[in-house]
Amino acid sequence: MKPTSFWAAPILSLLFFAAFVGVWHFSTQQTLGEVTVDPEYAALIGAQAATGGQSAMPGPLDVGAKLWEHIRDPFYDRGTNDKGIGTQLIYSIGRVLIGFALAALVAIPLGFVIGMSPLIYKALDPFIQVLKPISPLAWMPLALYTIKDSNISAVFVIFICSLWPMLVNTAFGVASVRKDWLNVARTLEVSSLRTAFQVILPAAAPTIMTGMRISVGIAWLVIVAAEMLVGGTGIGYFVWNEWNNLSITNIITAILLIGLVGMMLDTLLAQLARAVTYKE
Amino acid sequence: MSQPFLKIEGLTKRFAGTGGSPDFTVFENIFFGIEKGEFACIVGHSGCGKTTILNVLAGLDEATEGGVVMGGREIAGPSLERGVVFQSHALLPWLSALGNVAFGVRSRWPRWSSKEIEAHSVRYLEMVGLGAALHKKPAELSGGMKQRVGIARAFAIEPKMLLLDEPFGALDALTRGTIQDELLSIVQATHQTVFMITHDVDEAILLADKVLLMSNGPYAKIAEIVEITMPRDRTRATVHHDPQYYRIRNHLVDFLVNRSKTYAGEQGDDPVHPPIVRPGLDGGARVVPLTKTPATSNQASPEPALRNASN
Repeated sequence: MKPTSFWAAPILSLLFFAAFVGVWHFSTQQTLGEVTVDPEYAALIGAQAATGGQSAMPGPLDVGAKLWEHIRDPFYDRGTNDKGIGTQLIYSIGRVLIGFALAALVAIPLGFVIGMSPLIYKALDPFIQVLKPISPLAWMPLALYTIKDSNISAVFVIFICSLWPMLVNTAFGVASVRKDWLNVARTLEVSSLRTAFQVILPAAAPTIMTGMRISVGIAWLVIVAAEMLVGGTGIGYFVWNEWNNLSITNIITAILLIGLVGMMLDTLLAQLARAVTYKE
Repeated sequence: MSQPFLKIEGLTKRFAGTGGSPDFTVFENIFFGIEKGEFACIVGHSGCGKTTILNVLAGLDEATEGGVVMGGREIAGPSLERGVVFQSHALLPWLSALGNVAFGVRSRWPRWSSKEIEAHSVRYLEMVGLGAALHKKPAELSGGMKQRVGIARAFAIEPKMLLLDEPFGALDALTRGTIQDELLSIVQATHQTVFMITHDVDEAILLADKVLLMSNGPYAKIAEIVEITMPRDRTRATVHHDPQYYRIRNHLVDFLVNRSKTYAGEQGDDPVHPPIVRPGLDGGARVVPLTKTPATSNQASPEPALRNASN
């Protein structure tokens, strides 16, 4: 294979982006056709509706302008239903991080125990297999009924969806620690606590981190849907609210930001994973 | 009669047969002893249970029958008294060379300060010629260097006995030779008691005081104990000039190639006292069963006399 220049891929990315924006721009361009209704009525309902030529689908320029507007003032607060998009994102990230952290606190120690003990693994496996495929949103009504707080219920949903990948990966990582390394610890009479923290944990860390990375990705997927249900604050609620306002521009802006935040969370955990990865 | 430092008595390993099939016996009735400061090599074909015997000595595996007594106490479980060098070096890949050695040292002397632990670990890494690679991770070390770290880790805990499971099996011939020399000089300097598995007949002759020959499994046994009667101050460069060298080598190779397959207790051997042979000496190649020789015979006299005779 011929070596390609460092800039080849970014330039190609830009070209793809330009092509996409171009197609988007021209397909949403407003074509003012003939006025087919009474001119007075047309003036009343606006040129677009009158010509029947355009929907509310904005072009890239509209979205760009909206995005710039949001970026310039991300944290404004004009009442319950009109908060800056930055504020909404912070609410969502906060819920994800709290739910994710709680899940890690439960999943990693429990995964450790399951990975160390084949008996406990076998005993808990049927529960895990049944609970794992349940859509986290299915827990929502139950959470709302028992917890009686929409905010905590959203956090609970994040908790439950982050739990399984971390639990399963931790158990797998711990169970597949090389026998040789455990034998080294045994022949050196290393205490079981020291073995757990200085042999098993570092050995399983890359697998555990992979589980955490999957978890945070799922949590970020789920939070949008959860917030659409519980309402109040958060980027999911923002999207739903703007759907009610029929502001497609705002929805597209939010979609873009959801993607960017998701990428940031993933990159962050990828960095952490790199820090604990070892080469054999 | 004095007891050897390490005594293996009636060691047997059987795996229960599944679904009504008969039990599978890997080896049975293994008896031998190793004196303090002695270097014993065990040689035999794959599947005869050498590694199992070593793992039992290490306390990592349990025999079906029989036991091991070291220094008057029965071995139960792994212990810092027995250092193990694993075939696959088994270094912890997230720790540096120094970290790997210090890991064991900290276990051996938990009261030591970090400084003491580091100084001790560095000393042993320098002993195996790795003074310049203290902070390298195992992935950055060559195969030979990794195995050196493994050897340093085992020596650094100053065990009463060292167990080596084919430590040089995965190394190229040149590296193997260098590390053999290093091991030889360290063992000669420290008078370490060593039990080592090897497939390499030349390695066994160079390093060992005695070579335990195992017949093929199943029902593997110690067929013979070959004493290496050459003087102890051997070096790899000169050992093959000793007239005894090829006599011993031929005897070992003969056993591995021809006799190990068919061996089934020749001459009605007593498994408790495997025959001791000294092929290096003139007329020593024939089997000399110790217990069946009258006490007055020369051949049954303690080994130092024989060794002197050869010198």
